[in-house]
Amino acid sequence: MKIMVPVKRVVDYAVKIRIKPDKSGVETQNVKMSMNPFCEIALEEALKIKESGLAKEVVAVTMGPSNCVDTLRTGLAMGADRGIHVEAARDLVPLSVAKVLKKLVEVENPGLLILGKQAIDDDCNQTGQMIAALLGWPQGTFASKVVLDKEKQVATVDREVDGGLETLCLDLPAVITTDLRLNQPRYATLPNIMKAKSKPIKRYTPEELNVEIKSDLEVVQVTEPPKRKAGVILSSVDELIDKLKNEAHVI
Amino acid sequence: MEKWRATSNLRRSLKSILNRQLSSVSEFRYLNEKRSCQSSFNLIRDCKSLGQVNAIQHRCFSSASTLVQRNPSFSTLNSDDISYFKGLLGEKSVIQDEDRLETVNTDWMHKYKGSSKLLLLPRSTEEVAQILRYCNSRCLAVVPQGGNTGLVGGSVPVFDEVIVNVSSMKNIISFDKVSGILVCEAGCILENLISFLDNQGFIMPLDLGAKGSCQIGGNVSTNAGGLRLVRYGSLHENVLGLEAVLANGDVLDMLGTLRKDNTGYDLKHLFIGSEGSLGIVTKVSILTPPKLSSVNIAFLACNDYSSCQKLLMEAKRKLGEILSAFEFLDTEAMNLVLHQFDGVRNPLPASMHNFYILIETTGSDESYNREKLEAFLLSSMEDGLISDGVLAQDINQASSFWRIREGVPEALMKAGAVYKYDLSLPVEKMYDLVDDMRIRLGDLAKVVGYGHLGDGNLHLNVSAPEYDDKILEQIEPYVYEWTSKHRGSISAEHGLGLMKANKIYYSKSAETVQTMASIKKLLDPNGILNPYKVLPHSLNS
Repeated sequence: MKIMVPVKRVVDYAVKIRIKPDKSGVETQNVKMSMNPFCEIALEEALKIKESGLAKEVVAVTMGPSNCVDTLRTGLAMGADRGIHVEAARDLVPLSVAKVLKKLVEVENPGLLILGKQAIDDDCNQTGQMIAALLGWPQGTFASKVVLDKEKQVATVDREVDGGLETLCLDLPAVITTDLRLNQPRYATLPNIMKAKSKPIKRYTPEELNVEIKSDLEVVQVTEPPKRKAGVILSSVDELIDKLKNEAHVI
Repeated sequence: MEKWRATSNLRRSLKSILNRQLSSVSEFRYLNEKRSCQSSFNLIRDCKSLGQVNAIQHRCFSSASTLVQRNPSFSTLNSDDISYFKGLLGEKSVIQDEDRLETVNTDWMHKYKGSSKLLLLPRSTEEVAQILRYCNSRCLAVVPQGGNTGLVGGSVPVFDEVIVNVSSMKNIISFDKVSGILVCEAGCILENLISFLDNQGFIMPLDLGAKGSCQIGGNVSTNAGGLRLVRYGSLHENVLGLEAVLANGDVLDMLGTLRKDNTGYDLKHLFIGSEGSLGIVTKVSILTPPKLSSVNIAFLACNDYSSCQKLLMEAKRKLGEILSAFEFLDTEAMNLVLHQFDGVRNPLPASMHNFYILIETTGSDESYNREKLEAFLLSSMEDGLISDGVLAQDINQASSFWRIREGVPEALMKAGAVYKYDLSLPVEKMYDLVDDMRIRLGDLAKVVGYGHLGDGNLHLNVSAPEYDDKILEQIEPYVYEWTSKHRGSISAEHGLGLMKANKIYYSKSAETVQTMASIKKLLDPNGILNPYKVLPHSLNS
């Protein structure tokens, strides 16, 4: 079985982000970029499944301008077998990503599609669900545990939902999106980094795949949230009561 | 090592022990009883039983020859002094509360404890000057204190010295974005300065594990080294100017912000590293390097120490200008960290390696630097210098590598008693000392070696469940003599403080030390600033 793992290049999670002066978006020049943490977890899960013998190949996929290949290299260094890079302008919306993925799935025929639940730059949480709908495949989102049964060709997925944990049984092929507690991604070891240099990366363009990339959304403005006002240290209970009564109007 | 311990509750048992001891000890008791009936002794390590306490008492007095005595020329605090300080600083900045005094009297390692009765919190240079002027006239001993993270007992009182803590002086005075020159007060916490500079696109030239608590005044006074010295140099190179208050209250304004100024003797260098014994640093002007965007970090494993050395040579050559940190830890250190902390995992779990190396590079071009580092690592692997390694893929992974290296001192503290040595040695010889100590100590204790390999600085630590004189005998003076034989330094970056005050001759000649004593006498004739520390006690007239 082949597992396909889409990964996204985003601003590193630990970086303090700044808004561009023209408010058109987040500053990405000279800022550390890395693989989306949820995508790392997805890749780690795919590698674990491969190591347990239930899958033969793990293919990492990314979409975007040429610098996205760095993320693919990271994926290959972690242990993925092949990479696919779809050239496109930046900021693809989830629907476009899902459409491209659908075509790739038709080419590659994976038995499992594992994605991160959301990207930390747009927080959309849509790609996994959309691709499942486009393909007509069952989906197990927010997975915190995945168990595959090769004979019955099903995947048992524990989902983290608001009320607790929900367990689903999905027929393969299926789409799984990963949540934080699924696993702890491995480090890229030097021997693997060395091997990654010789692993193949296939390039596509959206035209080759017959997909039209157009966005129905336009970002009008990006602003920072309002700054939190400083607290006030009061000197007595009387002052507290006075403020609660006359300023906050809560008593 | 000198330690002061006891408790007034144990006076009874004390008497019986004292009766068995040498006359010099009774002199000690005599002096203390003469002083006051208040608790002149303090218990440091948590003692679970009286039997253990007796043992500590015994140990304390067995090294009677190196015991320090309170200098009788220093006055004792009286109520007039307290009123004066309250009038000068206000009630809130004059602390006599027992609980607060407890913390400021004890050092970070819980090894040294003084019995100061007064903590002062000045908020400006003028207040510091007035405090010192008064203390000098009254001959009251003073301990300058900042973050109290020192490791040689230099930041806490020995007896009842007045503690002058500059934590309230924490303003950033100015920052020049073009030149990167930062001017700030001595009480600014290093981590706060790092965050401030981060917003401006700069970094501090020094970085240490204690950054959350240590203050820049203390860093400058101890010439702190840290993790980035191999790249940015020591504080002697980065501090452009400082403002210090002398013992008599005179304020020396040497707060220049000029890169080049050859007018007269450069006195600021006297204060950098003098550990508060020549003056209290109140303001610092420091040159900060720009923050470069590409930081990469690798965690590597080596089989033996000679590979570590060769790796260092190759790193300096092949990584050259982008190398920003080169640290090492041995298996013992790694085991300790993994054992003591929960959230830490071994980046190289495949097998336990003998040595771990952490290499960090900082540069401006991400892809170029990454390629350079990868090429260096891969060729080192092919040459057999590295047996395994990982490269951090994002900032989170990078922080986890640093957590391991920066966590070693903390892990050692948690593991029980620790004897700490900070030595500068020629790189080829460095680990020989660790091996020697392992043979000497055998099963008595665990020997841990780690440190700034890039600067030739070994942190030799001996870890045992409890303090024990048998262990101490095996360590001192062997470690100092070993270091001296190889012309190393018995204190690479931690300073002399109280712990090594009488050990300076292992690394400096008698004439040099005599000159130092003359300078001290000149700047602090009454010897009130941080007494009993840095210079040998025999030199205090």
